Amino acid sequence: MLFLYDYLAAPFVDFAFMQRALVGALMLSVSACPVGVFLMLRRMSLAGDAMAHAILPGAAVGFLLYGLQIVPMTLGGLVAGVVVALGAGAVSRVTIQKEDASLAAFYLISLALGVLIVSLRGSNVDLMHVLFGTVLALNDDALTLIAAITAVTLAALAIFWRALVAECLDPLFLRSVSRLGPPVHFVFLGLVVLNLVGGFQALGTLLSVGLMMLPAAAARFWTSRVGPMCLLAIAIGAASCISGLLLSYHASLPSGPAIILSAGVVYILSILAGTRGVLAMRVRHHSHRTA
Amino acid sequence: MPEACISFSDLTLGYNSHPAVHHLNGVVAKGSLTAVVGANGSGKSTLMKGIVGVLRPMAGACTIAPGVRLAYLPQQSELDRSFPARVVDLVSLGLWPRRGLLGRYRPEDRKAISEALSAVGLEGFDRRPIDTLSGGQLQRALFARVLVQDADLILLDEPFNAIDSRTVSDLVELIKRWQGESRTVMVVVHDLELVRQHFPEALLLARRPVAWGEARKTLAPENLLRARQFHEAWDEDAPWCAPEEDHDHHGHAHDHAHEHPEGGKTAHAGAA
Repeated sequence: MLFLYDYLAAPFVDFAFMQRALVGALMLSVSACPVGVFLMLRRMSLAGDAMAHAILPGAAVGFLLYGLQIVPMTLGGLVAGVVVALGAGAVSRVTIQKEDASLAAFYLISLALGVLIVSLRGSNVDLMHVLFGTVLALNDDALTLIAAITAVTLAALAIFWRALVAECLDPLFLRSVSRLGPPVHFVFLGLVVLNLVGGFQALGTLLSVGLMMLPAAAARFWTSRVGPMCLLAIAIGAASCISGLLLSYHASLPSGPAIILSAGVVYILSILAGTRGVLAMRVRHHSHRTA
Repeated sequence: MPEACISFSDLTLGYNSHPAVHHLNGVVAKGSLTAVVGANGSGKSTLMKGIVGVLRPMAGACTIAPGVRLAYLPQQSELDRSFPARVVDLVSLGLWPRRGLLGRYRPEDRKAISEALSAVGLEGFDRRPIDTLSGGQLQRALFARVLVQDADLILLDEPFNAIDSRTVSDLVELIKRWQGESRTVMVVVHDLELVRQHFPEALLLARRPVAWGEARKTLAPENLLRARQFHEAWDEDAPWCAPEEDHDHHGHAHDHAHEHPEGGKTAHAGAA
């Protein structure tokens, strides 16, 4: 038992930085994972990835002006994320190019621009911080920001839940009974940007989308209802955060990648063992009911 | 003169400045039951979209009487069948007009849902995921959603697609009951015999309205013949609209009839 305590609990009990990392990561899971479920169900997983990249130049401008400070970098990221989300949407609506292509174009430009701006002032270490995050260095400002984003996200999801489900399930129907369709889409895009920005201090611009998408994609293999899927995604996200932090502590691995890899392991296990996964599908083919 | 539910005044609807419904005038009376018939591409679905308001008129106007609640069953629904939802989740979307975004579902709502499901013959299906339904079952679930919507104006675009004949007669009974409840109903139908038997009124479209009125008179052979003579393909060089257009200046109308295998179900076949 003592061994288990040493291994699982002691790091969090003994070190304040581990506690802060745990609190921050768990709040992010509660907030980002349900958003990720809707992102996946709307077939916008790649759009989420693109938006995550798009945050980089904004955060980089904040870094250029104020150094590694959470507030200016976050505000910069927020502005850039919104600009790219709206810009890509506008390009796909106004021109013949589909949204996926315009998003890819925007995010390649953003990534190059962001790396360039960070390099203007900082070293490679700074660049790594911006790209892959520093969950072990979350300060009070960062935790407050994440808490606020979590509260806003949960409130927005609770209020717009029915409209979000209707928008995903049958958009034409929603248009025939209500004018909420387009506003809900933008509220949702706003939530995506907000959560990516919230995650970027902890996990970096490149990996923050991982905590959003991987638990959601894993949960898809276990249930066929949206509500339980969101709860399961949160649980998977939280478990990945704990496991990733412990791995990074004991094996001296970088924390962000350890968290995302833990979620990746759950995802791969879910593909294989999930109730809607590969093995279950195989087994079902061998036996069937009479009616 | 009965009260108007929908009035069309010189309504032209279409895509890329090519009309699909051309200069439609007239009134759909409150409490009427109208079948909308015509060949493929004659503008039936376009008219439905125009009434719902998802397609803006290119000219003219379509006015719905104020306070009328509308339910629409599209021909090609944008339903995402892979979305993790159960039949009951899909059907309860129909509660939106009454409960909106935040209203709590009440016991009578649940009762309405289970009544609607049994009306379309889907008792016991409420917990089935929608990706396990057959095409006809899904269509019936969507029909149940229209029932739950409890609307004054009901627009059904080919509601009998992929539905077996027994269920079709059940659904026709439902539609006739709606008319008894003085709801206004417009149904896009291809089966002309069904229209003659069950629908008091019919609107025969061939891009322009060919005939509109009492169903048997509307579907008289000379009207169907006139409806057949319209040209389904867009003419890229068509002159800008003048009141009377000449549809016969291209010789390949028949090629188009053969390119569409489903054309057999249309007014062509019905008239023959």
